[in-house]
Amino acid sequence: MSVTREAMLEHWEHPSLWQRLTARDLIWALAVLVGSVGVWWVYRDLMDGYEIAIQIGSTLGLIVWGWYWRPAQVFVLVVALLTVTALWRYGADYELRHSDFLLKYILESQAAFMWMSALYVLATATYFVALFGRSEFVGQTATALTWSATAMGLTGLFVRWRESYYLLGADVGYIPVSNLYEVFILFAVITALLYLFYEDRHRTRAMGGFALLIISAAVAFLLWYTFEREAHHIQPLIPALQSYWMKIHVPANFIAYGGFALAAMLSVAYLLRLGAEKRRPEGLLARTLPPLDLLDDVMYRAIALGFVAFTIATILGALWAAEAWGGYWSWDPKETWALIVWLNYAAWLHLRMTKGWRGAPMAWWAIVGLFVTLFAFLGVNMFLSGLHSYGSL
Amino acid sequence: MTTLFYWRWPRWPWLFRPDGGTDYSRPGLTKVRNDSQKPAVNDSSAPAANATPVPKPVRQRRSQWLLLEFLGSMYLAITLLVVVAIASVIGTVLQQNQPYADYVLKLGPFWFEVFRGLGLYDIYGAAWFIGILAFLILSTSVCLYRQTPHLLREMNRFRTQVQLHSLRGFHQRAEWRLPERDPGAAQAEVTGVLRAWRYRWRVEDRDDHRIVAATKGRFSRLGYLFTHAAVVVIGIGGLLDGNLWLKLKEWRGEIVVETRDLMARDIPPISRLAPGAVPAFRGNVMLPEGSAANFVFLRMRDGFLLQELPFAIELLNFQVEYHTTGQPKSFLSQVRIHDQKHLGDQPLEAEIRVNHPLTYRGYTLYQSDFGDGGSNLELRVWPLTLPQAEPVAIQGAVGETLSISGPSGPLRLELDDFRLYNLLPELDSRPGDRKFRSFGPSFSFKLRDVAGEAREYFNYMAPVQMENRWFYISGMRDRPSAAFRYLHIPMDSNYSLERFLRFNARLRDTVGLRELLARSAPLADNADLQRDLDQVRLNLVELFVRGGFTAVIERSRAVVPAERLQDATTLYLNLLRDTLAEVFIEVLREEGVDLNEGVGEREEAFFNDAVSALTVLPEHGSPFFLQLTGFQQVEASGLQVTRSAVTRIVYAGFALLVIGIFIMFYTSHRRLWAWLAVEEGGTRLVVAGASNRRTAEFAGEFAAIQGALARRLGAPEAIGPAAATASPTVPPEAAADNRSGDRAPEFER
Repeated sequence: MSVTREAMLEHWEHPSLWQRLTARDLIWALAVLVGSVGVWWVYRDLMDGYEIAIQIGSTLGLIVWGWYWRPAQVFVLVVALLTVTALWRYGADYELRHSDFLLKYILESQAAFMWMSALYVLATATYFVALFGRSEFVGQTATALTWSATAMGLTGLFVRWRESYYLLGADVGYIPVSNLYEVFILFAVITALLYLFYEDRHRTRAMGGFALLIISAAVAFLLWYTFEREAHHIQPLIPALQSYWMKIHVPANFIAYGGFALAAMLSVAYLLRLGAEKRRPEGLLARTLPPLDLLDDVMYRAIALGFVAFTIATILGALWAAEAWGGYWSWDPKETWALIVWLNYAAWLHLRMTKGWRGAPMAWWAIVGLFVTLFAFLGVNMFLSGLHSYGSL
Repeated sequence: MTTLFYWRWPRWPWLFRPDGGTDYSRPGLTKVRNDSQKPAVNDSSAPAANATPVPKPVRQRRSQWLLLEFLGSMYLAITLLVVVAIASVIGTVLQQNQPYADYVLKLGPFWFEVFRGLGLYDIYGAAWFIGILAFLILSTSVCLYRQTPHLLREMNRFRTQVQLHSLRGFHQRAEWRLPERDPGAAQAEVTGVLRAWRYRWRVEDRDDHRIVAATKGRFSRLGYLFTHAAVVVIGIGGLLDGNLWLKLKEWRGEIVVETRDLMARDIPPISRLAPGAVPAFRGNVMLPEGSAANFVFLRMRDGFLLQELPFAIELLNFQVEYHTTGQPKSFLSQVRIHDQKHLGDQPLEAEIRVNHPLTYRGYTLYQSDFGDGGSNLELRVWPLTLPQAEPVAIQGAVGETLSISGPSGPLRLELDDFRLYNLLPELDSRPGDRKFRSFGPSFSFKLRDVAGEAREYFNYMAPVQMENRWFYISGMRDRPSAAFRYLHIPMDSNYSLERFLRFNARLRDTVGLRELLARSAPLADNADLQRDLDQVRLNLVELFVRGGFTAVIERSRAVVPAERLQDATTLYLNLLRDTLAEVFIEVLREEGVDLNEGVGEREEAFFNDAVSALTVLPEHGSPFFLQLTGFQQVEASGLQVTRSAVTRIVYAGFALLVIGIFIMFYTSHRRLWAWLAVEEGGTRLVVAGASNRRTAEFAGEFAAIQGALARRLGAPEAIGPAAATASPTVPPEAAADNRSGDRAPEFER
């Protein structure tokens, strides 16, 4: 085999994806594979064919995600380590959560969620301090806090998944994305991951405070929901939710909600900066808030990603409905509002891409879009009656 | 023909602008040409956004183009989408497909008619709604029809006819003078770089220069095609799977919606659909255990149609499994499909669960509901208005109507429902506590008088413990929309209702009461006064059993002057209470309760509870207390049977949509040009590029390509301003950028 100068040059100038993979990437893939096989080995008796297919898909997705975004590798490993530690501490005795130090104060799902809540709120404040104090170190601290909070949140979800089996028995445990309490945690975790991705890719922490505001709002709701309504108890699933579809439909939806929420929060920053530039161009806000074109760009990317995820989630929902409700579309209030949300963002994207709309109107629209989404997510369950009334307050 | 595709989408309002759109007779290059209108070559500060389209003479339009223009207008589409969105919101706020009587109650007769006229009770099946959806599909199809040839051509074309000044107007460009190279050598380096970045290219020699036109990611253009085609496919599929067929048949007069409450066998042929009469339907049937049906009901507006099935479904068994916490764990129907033609004498046995439907010959059977299938109830009828407390035993099945004679004429007893389990939130729980308690079996019934007025009751079979006492509970409401109000009858030491009922009966026995009062210790010295007092006591008891304490207080208000009202009322109530207590003690004595030590705490509590129950008894309104003493449950399973015409096609549409959206957002069609010309013993090289989307990413790619090219060429000095490079924080995907260069033709609306 002869290697020409031309081929070497090409390789050097523009290596293909495979050529760009480093040893670290390959070790990563191997680690995920080994971990996945291990999980399958331990839990294979509880999984049906669809769930094995979902696991294979998740494994491949995880590998590619780590390749695409290196920090995800560390994150996944940390979460895996924490989760495995929790399971190891638990052993077969759920009651250890009251006595084992690690479990009681850190890794038991409730403890993990409390850590997550505290860290997110702290991170929000820290991001704003970094923004207005223009401190690189404080900014790094904020990022570290966000990463930690996200790791605790995701670990908590995994541990809760296992706890549901202790509590409810081997045949009724379920992935914790089935009620409002659990999906709010999922929302916080996914929104934070989306934000961290854009922070990393755009090499700026200026957007952090705004992105984490909505997460802090979710945390506030979560705390109210825990302490006032005691919603954190693990309850068995009603028959309609006992399906492998839940494992993919719900997370896909929350990627979308995360994207839309992020876009709306960046729109708030956009409008603030726009207003500040108009009124006091030399003022503190106009100088410190993130630049408009950055906000505009990330806003677009978040909505585009959200739109893709929302399309997939809605389609998955339709496929599930075809199996549970007798048809892929029944004009159920949840379905109808999902359609409205979809049309809303489709219109947003059309006007941006075909008419070149930019600026304040699009920012306002993204904020309104979040309210429409919020109604589809919460309002439908609270105010309207329909088949999809699983997450009522 | 070609001109058809280059009409521009008009601006708001969605009819035409008087001057028409710009005529792009050479569509691919239009934008580039527009750029070239600028005088300055090296003007990067004023990108292509400043260029204005050159007005061209308005072409003569033909009427079909007018029609296409109208149909394909984006603003028309958006207007209609907004209408659809509003209608959809109404459909979610106003509960759909409820009984019409409910709407009349909720809206009043006037608005009921208005809403009905607008089809708001089945908005998603209303002709105007379906019409708008169909129009949107048509509009998208027209858009697709007009754009597709253009984008297919764009996909396969190398734009070799580009002019030098156009290239110099691009955002992404670089220019070099290469003193010691001929164009051929320079071209080799260019194509080497293009190959490294996996571009396809074509080289053409023009009059005075050579052009290398390259493209990459041309399939990105398919994103538009896929998404819009998917919308059309899903839309058409959705319409075909909806109730379009039924509407069509109804419109042609072939079927009539049945609104009467009929048995299946009595439904006339005009409201029946033979198997296969419509390709898609969704129907329901409620099957009691042990019964079979070969039809389902299709609900339509305020009535229904009967859809016959080519097979029969027999329900063998329906069962609900519960979690240890009491919540349902699974609903399961064991069915047998009888189909002589396809199965012969061997029926198909199967299980249907929620999330696990059964598909048989294109029909899908879902577990969708459950209820009572005619449970047999053994009841004891205790009179509440008579002076004796002797029960009558009766039997009936849920769904039956019994006749029963009441104090003021015959009553119809409609047995509505039976429930084996009643899992309700714990009585002292706050919302969200999630503490549940099982209240045991219950049944509900209506008592309807000759005038047709009915009250609905809900009685539990077993007593319920509340605050350490036990009660038999009966709920009542006089309107379906009202909440139940409850009567709590205290349970006696034999776990029965009897003590309360005897107490109640005694209070209504005037003769017995008079005797009792005569026997009891006199309250007055004077015999006349004593007689008057006894009469007052009798009157008070009578008032009390007819209207509770309220009636006593009202009477007192009516007959006593205002200044003495307070004292008199207190006196009356005390007198009544003493009388009631005396009667109660008599009831206890008859029962054989040992009263030598006085009335015990439990008896006293019972007395207080009994008086509380007695005072709400008149409001409760039933002349009987119906006690459930035994039952034989027969469950019924609600099955949904659907047939779908084009599910697979719709699913293909879903796949197309997802692929299309991915392509739209995460790929782009990129073009690069290298313009080479001999110049003063060397070569002048101009490289420029553009991307239809993801311009920020392309800026980065162009910078990398430019750098690689510069290295290959020995890093000659570039001429003119450097191309805009991608900075990591500020992606230059701004409005101006989007308009420059090669804008996506699919967005040329």
